[in-house]
Amino acid sequence: MDGFFALALGNLSSPLILSFVLGVAAALGRSDLVFPEAAAKALSIYLLFAIGMKGGVSVAEHGIDLRLGSTVLAGIVLSAALPLIAFKLLGIMTKLDRVNAAAVAAHYGSISIVTFVAGTSVLESAGIVSDGFMVAVAAAMEAPAILSALWLISRGGSETRMDSDLWREILLNGSIVLLVGAFAIGMVVGKEGMADVESFFVAPFKGALCLFLLDMGLVAGRGLRRSRGVLTPGLMAFGLLMPIIGAGAGALAGLLIGLPTGSIFLLMVLGASASYIAVPAAMRVAVPEADPGIYLTLSLGITFPFNLTLGLPLYLGFARAIGGG
Amino acid sequence: MKTYKAKRVAITIEAPMERRLRAILEAADVTGYSILPVTGGSGRSGSWSAEGQVGLAGGMVQVTCVIRPERLDGLLESVFNVVERHIGIVTVMDCDVLRAERF
Repeated sequence: MDGFFALALGNLSSPLILSFVLGVAAALGRSDLVFPEAAAKALSIYLLFAIGMKGGVSVAEHGIDLRLGSTVLAGIVLSAALPLIAFKLLGIMTKLDRVNAAAVAAHYGSISIVTFVAGTSVLESAGIVSDGFMVAVAAAMEAPAILSALWLISRGGSETRMDSDLWREILLNGSIVLLVGAFAIGMVVGKEGMADVESFFVAPFKGALCLFLLDMGLVAGRGLRRSRGVLTPGLMAFGLLMPIIGAGAGALAGLLIGLPTGSIFLLMVLGASASYIAVPAAMRVAVPEADPGIYLTLSLGITFPFNLTLGLPLYLGFARAIGGG
Repeated sequence: MKTYKAKRVAITIEAPMERRLRAILEAADVTGYSILPVTGGSGRSGSWSAEGQVGLAGGMVQVTCVIRPERLDGLLESVFNVVERHIGIVTVMDCDVLRAERF
């Protein structure tokens, strides 16, 4: 327990989390601090490209093995199965109707890439290595949850609008293209190629992440402000419990595959995180009856800040306990 | 100066539906339209703001076009298929244009 508190304290006093907390505090205090939209977009492109490329370089170094395939497969199964658990849990903890419950559930099967990036940074600070292919696992986990949610909705007799255009938008959304594309570039150029761009993609990474988390703190703080009157106590409790269940499922999958501690941790982070970019956009098109005020506020205002502040040290402590390191 | 009667259609709709709406307009041979960002507002689900949105999902856009009056009904029927289940509003206004051959 002391180890967890030390980890939690270390995490909470890191520049990354303090930047995030500053953003949350500014938003809650109704400060006029605003992050320019174009700057936030540029930072997210930079971070996704850097993390994808680093993953690709790591795979180029260590080679492709069976573990890569089994971890990607485990990620897809997790993404498809977690919405089913979330849906059941929402039925117990809340009074949401089927359509809204399924839409919320989809968010908890998919992932938040910002939480994943923050997780890799926590690992680096702790000096724990992870498999580079976890980037590919993150990309693979974006979409299956949407299918599960649509299946849940159609079982209840409600109509969903799912066409080839929407599939293309989901599978080729900017984050996936950047992650997978940069991952492929990293694999092709390897360590030598990375050396040429290292000064841009490696050294400034954490500083850029600080600024990005400041912006995400502002976004989460506004989400928290909006949560008053939108989220019931049952929904808020779900937003805190579901990530722990998702992390537990990720840990179990990581153990079964035999992943090292760092990769178990990242699979836990992916299982715990909830989408707030790809899934909400898909839900607006496919299930317009679902209330975006509920799923966006829950994912951004409750689960994202929980994962970033308390979740990450909790998951790392657990991953260390079961995986060593 | 001589002016001609026309209809100005303004469709305020969720940002993720923008591409689909454009496809409908183009299929209906409406080749001239403008897309304006909506920075915030208030509706049946309460107030909202585009400030700090991290994705498309929470945003709205307004698509406006000017067409000849006789083409209005056909256009509205096509548009209705896209907007029927979504948050938004469709308004039609009378207007005058200088160059009728452009619409």
